[in-house]
Amino acid sequence: MGEKSKPSLKELSPIDVYKLLPKINCRECGFENCMAFAAKVVNREVAIEKCPPLLKKEYENAYKQLKEMLKPAVKEVVIGVGENAVKVGGKLVMYRHELTYINPTAIAIDVTDEMADEVLERVRRAESLHYEHIGQALKLNMIAVRSTSNDPEKFKATVKKVVEATKLPLILCSLNPDVLEAGLMAAPNSRPLLYAATKDNWREMAELALMYKCPLTVSAPNNLKLLRSIVKTLLEYGVEDLVLDPGTFPDEGLADTINNFTMIRRSACKHGDELLGFPILGIPMTAWMNSTGAARELLVWKEAYHAAMLIVRYADLLIMHSLDGWALLPDMMLRLNIYTDPRKPVAVEPGLRVFGSPDENSPVMFTTNFALTYYTVSSDIESAKLNAYLLVVDTEGIAVDSAVAGRKLTAEKVAEAIKTSGIENRVKHRKLIIPGKAARLSGEIEELSGWQVLVGPRDSSDIPKFLQEKWSPS
Amino acid sequence: MRILPEKEEKETGALGIKLSPRLFELLAKLQEIELEDFEMEVGDLELWIQPGAVAPVLAPQKAAVAEAPKVKGKPNQIIETDFIPPIETYPGRVVEVKLGATKAEGGTRGKSIIIGGETTPAFYTFERPTPHPPAIAVDVFDMEVPLAKAVKMHVKDVIGDPAAWAKLAVEKFGADLITIHLISIDPLQKDAKPREAVKTVEAVAQAVDVPLIIGGCGDPVKDAEVFEAVAETFAGERFLISSVTRDMDIERCANFIKKNGHVALAFTPMDLNLARELNRKLYDYLPKEDIVMDLTTAALGYGLDYAFTNMERARLAALMGDTELAHPMSSGTTNAWAAREAWMKMAPEWEPRELRGPMWEVVTALTLLLAGVDLFMMMHPAAVKTVKDVIRQLMGGVSASNEKLVEWVSMKI
Repeated sequence: MGEKSKPSLKELSPIDVYKLLPKINCRECGFENCMAFAAKVVNREVAIEKCPPLLKKEYENAYKQLKEMLKPAVKEVVIGVGENAVKVGGKLVMYRHELTYINPTAIAIDVTDEMADEVLERVRRAESLHYEHIGQALKLNMIAVRSTSNDPEKFKATVKKVVEATKLPLILCSLNPDVLEAGLMAAPNSRPLLYAATKDNWREMAELALMYKCPLTVSAPNNLKLLRSIVKTLLEYGVEDLVLDPGTFPDEGLADTINNFTMIRRSACKHGDELLGFPILGIPMTAWMNSTGAARELLVWKEAYHAAMLIVRYADLLIMHSLDGWALLPDMMLRLNIYTDPRKPVAVEPGLRVFGSPDENSPVMFTTNFALTYYTVSSDIESAKLNAYLLVVDTEGIAVDSAVAGRKLTAEKVAEAIKTSGIENRVKHRKLIIPGKAARLSGEIEELSGWQVLVGPRDSSDIPKFLQEKWSPS
Repeated sequence: MRILPEKEEKETGALGIKLSPRLFELLAKLQEIELEDFEMEVGDLELWIQPGAVAPVLAPQKAAVAEAPKVKGKPNQIIETDFIPPIETYPGRVVEVKLGATKAEGGTRGKSIIIGGETTPAFYTFERPTPHPPAIAVDVFDMEVPLAKAVKMHVKDVIGDPAAWAKLAVEKFGADLITIHLISIDPLQKDAKPREAVKTVEAVAQAVDVPLIIGGCGDPVKDAEVFEAVAETFAGERFLISSVTRDMDIERCANFIKKNGHVALAFTPMDLNLARELNRKLYDYLPKEDIVMDLTTAALGYGLDYAFTNMERARLAALMGDTELAHPMSSGTTNAWAAREAWMKMAPEWEPRELRGPMWEVVTALTLLLAGVDLFMMMHPAAVKTVKDVIRQLMGGVSASNEKLVEWVSMKI
């Protein structure tokens, strides 16, 4: 590789960290001893800065060594300032099951310096698009301002307008350094990401990045040798915060695109290549190039599935054009999925849950202990402010339909759950509402439990309506 | 039985009904345009590319001639470095499984399809080519089932007529295979007899000549009974029997699959240890080449992360030499429609659901495509078409290199 390589993070053991800690078991970090702290550090559950003695002068060397040892394979780059700043990269591993992914792919929406009122409309829409999913907020993160005019004054005016309208971090896009500088003057101290240094303009771009203290994108479409060379040059030049753009080639170029993203991430994570150890920028909006005459919804469609593939294959940030919720929602949902910590348990505790203040006539329902099923059902019950009992049956963390098919959810288990939960002492009636997807178990459940079964809706969002229409304790 | 798509909604927005079929038409047109462009490019390339020359990133660079000496202060020219593609080799290989048998092979199918054979993670084509393109099976049901509106609008004329449905799926949607789901055999539903199921399969096998996948109802006893009847009637066809689960009589199933020349789909609920265990049991009766595995597909937003990681781990383990997981992977991608956001009417900013729904299926499929899935069971025609396009594009062969790409910066839309 030419560059020095270090052991991958996966090989790092708590002992490696422990050796460099003060080993005085002072418990100032809140853990039992230094070894316990080391284990948490290796798992990335706590930062080494939580060890106060380590920050003292006498441990300066050890601290530096630990910092280097724990350095992520992909550098973390901060775009923007203050509470809206977005961190990109910082990846520790190539595959999420090796630990977890951090810093979810940031999504930027573009505006141009030749859009009129549309600029503010798009910014407002990007800011307001918001969806709640099992307690998590899905939203967009940045605005990319592109210069289509190549006119510094126009660009400056547009950037000014955007900065005044939003606190979202910016990406300033033009290959003309004069245009970019005009934009930078309109966005003082806001640390936008600059797009982009190429083989032709890298020096001017490097000067801008240094002068305005901004992260800089390096663009070398389908040429990783050149990409690496420009990165090396810029690092020598003193620009430290870089983002890589190996080119997002749509359609027939997808194979090269996916190969380039994958090679960059593998080089960084598995081969210790520090020149490629930077966040990667994907630009799904290249799907809109040469699109004259194509139907709009088709381009939105195409951009959305290109984005999805890039979210899976290592993009740390994306620039997109479409603001259509039907296309962005699946992408944002995928991002949430991919960046969920895989170490998080799949199942919740089985047992009886009480919602609102139910009495002896309140409905009794059951669901499985698959975390996603449980949270979906419970949030539907909560948001409808229902008074009800929910029996969580142990299906080994499997959803209703799969659990029925896989015999993880059986009439025996339901009957057993009714018995052990004590629900029979809480309600006078003997009516159990079962998930619509478990309908086939109704006969057996009635037989084994002695309870009457009401087949509930197939989706828990219909529970309030179902109770209103069908529920009566007598 | 796989998870069925969600309930049908009653509203019929005029916009929705128009949009989705239009999308499918548009996608079909787009492919024609792309194919024309594509052919032109190949022609152009032939004029000037030297034989043997490949895209620069795909070919290992020449050994580094010593990197440029470190310049003092700010460099004034680009410091050249090398890039060596990070290519690895793996001890393991996924087995190849042939689905469907032609006349020459002892069946009646028009062609057979081979899946698997990978020696590298999914679409790491910089490392080694993908031996066989992943295939797409389209779902056909033998009776009325709850379908999302966005799906139903494309199949409403053929519901209840599996042969016509299969024909539509092959001729219009581009299905590589057909999955005939024998829902009506469910003892809790119509409890149809094995010979009725055989009749349904017969009608489908007559209507289309692609390889078939035989889907059961989820009842371990009834499924085995029906699968056996189908396996015997269609001996030699190399149908994929979907599925063999841990609670079935494994010996019986494996025996009628082997005796009659079919293939087993080993289904386990998202647990690699259970998948290994089931495969080990099957090895007592079946050669490895007769086993495909289904590790369970959860919908985007509802556990897709588990499915993705489970499959990615299985494939990496297979390449690292874990032979018990070295089977092609099948995905019940139709499960994407179990997510409420795939079919539900939502606030205006998320509409129309006629596009959101199929995109849900596309994103679920492409995520798992990149984890290593070899066989997709799908539903919506626009989703099938898009995933097929992407597979063809990912198989590669043509370099994307395009000096014009940076012009996206100043592109006017």
